[in-house]
Amino acid sequence: MKESVETALVNAQHASTSKTTLGFWIYLMTDCVLFATLFAAYVVLRDSTFGGPSARELFDMPFVLTETLLLLASSFTCGLAMLAIRQANRTQVLGWLVATFVLGATFLAMELSEFAHLVNEGNGWQRSGFLTAFFTLVGTHGLHIATGLLWMGVLGVQLARRGFTAGVVRRLTLFSLFWHFLDVVWIFIFTIVYLMGVAV
Amino acid sequence: MFGRLSFDALPHDPITISVLAVTGLGGLALVGAMFYFKRWTWLWKTWLTSLDPKKIGAMYIIVAALMLLRGVADAGMIRAQQALGVGDGILTSDHFQQVFSAHGTIMIFFVAMGLVFGLFNLLVPLQIGARDVAFPFLNSVSFWLFVVGVALMNVSLVVGEFSPAGWLAYPPLSGLEYSPGVGVDYWIWSLQIAGIGSLLSGINFFVTILKMRAPGMTAMKVPIFIWSVLGSLVLIMFAFPILTATLGMLSLDRLFDTHFFTSGGGGNPMMYVNLIWAWGHPEVYILILPAFGIFSEVVPTFSGKRLFGYTSMVVAIWAIVFLSFTVWLHHFFTMGAGANVNAFFGIMTMIIGIPTGVKVFNWIFTMYKGRVRFTVPMLWFMGFVVTFTLGGVAGVLMSVPPADFQVHNSLFLVAHFHTMIIGGVVFGMFSGFNYWFPKFTGFKLNERLGRYAFWCWLWGFLLAFTPLYILGFMGATRRLDHYDASLGWQGLFIVAAVGVGIIGLGIGFQLLQLGVSIWQRAKNRDVTGDPWQGRTLEWSTASPVPEYNFAVIPQVTERDAFWVAKQAGAATARLQYQPITVPKNTSLGLFIAGFAFLFGFGVIWHIVWLAAVGFVGAVATIILRTSRDDTERVISAREVQETEALLAKKRAKI
Repeated sequence: MKESVETALVNAQHASTSKTTLGFWIYLMTDCVLFATLFAAYVVLRDSTFGGPSARELFDMPFVLTETLLLLASSFTCGLAMLAIRQANRTQVLGWLVATFVLGATFLAMELSEFAHLVNEGNGWQRSGFLTAFFTLVGTHGLHIATGLLWMGVLGVQLARRGFTAGVVRRLTLFSLFWHFLDVVWIFIFTIVYLMGVAV
Repeated sequence: MFGRLSFDALPHDPITISVLAVTGLGGLALVGAMFYFKRWTWLWKTWLTSLDPKKIGAMYIIVAALMLLRGVADAGMIRAQQALGVGDGILTSDHFQQVFSAHGTIMIFFVAMGLVFGLFNLLVPLQIGARDVAFPFLNSVSFWLFVVGVALMNVSLVVGEFSPAGWLAYPPLSGLEYSPGVGVDYWIWSLQIAGIGSLLSGINFFVTILKMRAPGMTAMKVPIFIWSVLGSLVLIMFAFPILTATLGMLSLDRLFDTHFFTSGGGGNPMMYVNLIWAWGHPEVYILILPAFGIFSEVVPTFSGKRLFGYTSMVVAIWAIVFLSFTVWLHHFFTMGAGANVNAFFGIMTMIIGIPTGVKVFNWIFTMYKGRVRFTVPMLWFMGFVVTFTLGGVAGVLMSVPPADFQVHNSLFLVAHFHTMIIGGVVFGMFSGFNYWFPKFTGFKLNERLGRYAFWCWLWGFLLAFTPLYILGFMGATRRLDHYDASLGWQGLFIVAAVGVGIIGLGIGFQLLQLGVSIWQRAKNRDVTGDPWQGRTLEWSTASPVPEYNFAVIPQVTERDAFWVAKQAGAATARLQYQPITVPKNTSLGLFIAGFAFLFGFGVIWHIVWLAAVGFVGAVATIILRTSRDDTERVISAREVQETEALLAKKRAKI
């Protein structure tokens, strides 16, 4: 068991320096350009409130800070899962993945409840250019998180069934890149949308 | 249940119905023939499910060529309408608008992009001495997503309507308020789905070039075509996400009543124009850089000399890549961004002409004192130098903002970019098609008919577009469906229509050239694999190229690796065959794209359940694919040896 894991790890490490990882990195960079476009749209439309509420009036900072901390914590647990792969400890990897999943899902649920709250108050995406850009930017990030959750679920099942095959280990590595990337994007959202939004 | 879709969406006017009936019968005849000759399994196994980039590349080119015919038919309708435009012409205004939108969309996205990606698939692995692309399955997904774009575009002919809002669909015209129909949605989703395919291809080929070059092929030893492709790929990776986001935003405006680009509600239509051109201008270079790459291969081969100024070519490519992101505002100087902003973008536009000029001079210097053979690919190059320089000069003229104000949105502009796209991209692709055709089929194209096609295209092109330059100066704007007789424009419009007719004749000769060449393939057969005395690695393989490209991966020591090897006479020392791993065929790419089609169609017609089925189906298929580990098969060393021996025997026969 131990030996085959070692081989798989060596293979995965080999792969990590090779095509797949480079390709995935580049995909992440193109995703970065996509987010950059949405950020640009948000910055252009930030003040187009069209008589509706502005960022200052809407955002509940302690709530958003909690979201942020949850997502950061999920990145940490994701990192721990990657470390557990090195130990070849399947139970531990699955445990940390579950923790990551729960934290990510809670983040997403909080985001959705924030959205629902805004919509119920009559401040949905139809209200103004500002809210349109807000919902789209934050929602696109949320969509990525949802994709990440689905991916995590699939990888969890694959890991539980097959163990540390080269393919599973490689995909877990890519997933962790994706998850950390979403964390970085969120830091920008937190700064540009929320912090700069409520700043005087 | 069916959203906006009802029987009213089917065509009613007799002309459309009869055209569709003829096309439909033709299609049925083809399907019947496939059954009669029992070719479905063959089609499925050797083509549709293939992950071989040579097959995928050929399919790209076939689809693009078919779309070229449709795009040219649209062009013919536009020209006929304007030639007769003092009366009612032949088309209603609404139909005319759909036709010019379709013409532009098809030509850029489904002809030019299709030819470019077809060429990448065919040539990139071969030129870098590799057996495959980095991600063969992803490559198949990209291709089929491109086909979905094509399919949606053409379904709009039968079910519903196409966008009447121009090829870039500026809001607020393309917004829900002014275009409530499905036309703009067809436009959005055919581009969105094909665009994602393009982006995935961009990543795929980028990694291929970075990671899979033959040993010894260091950066400054790769063929210049590969450098051009790499530049084009970097542009794709930076520009296409912008397109994805922009189309997404426009779609949200139309589906969910958001306010990105609406004129009311705090939206900003000019933001769309900025974003679409931040993609759109690099897109022009995405198309032209590979054409430059083709000429950089064709000119040295047919001049019998190495390329003049290799390093300056590389520098010029990267200068163009960088500068192409600094000029987008020249598409709308009239927006009123202010004198300083306009001056900046005007100057950047003039600067980007410099690296392009460097390239033209390098090709000409390559020919200087060379032993030039005026074959068909070379004729296309000569034609290109004339037309492209002409169009370039018109472009630099328009880069001066005050001058641009005079000709903005006029036919002068239309003439300019057609000079660049036809005289640049299309001529380049035709040159490459004639040049590389024997590599993939094993026989050359008929030279005489190729020359006829070239001369028809060249003169037809000049006749079709020179009048538009003049009309532009006379004040004719683009997208006119009729005009007053007293303006005195009709004569020039008629000349332009005649020009398109001559281009049509050129296309006829090309089809004839293809047909005759296939008919006489025994006569034109090339068994050497190197019919033109080529310089780069693809010519070291047999024609047509075996599935694994290279029986033994070549060692590269110099630029023009194959030429150097030929000079040294060291082409025979390769006997140690190893087993070769190739990807297994799979239909999953086809299924992912099929679901993407259902999703797109569902969203266009607001059929929620269909969109959901498409989405879930696509995701499930992707998961299914990632759960499979046995995706490759091995060609044994013995099998390789046998194939190679057979090819050698064929070669020895002459």
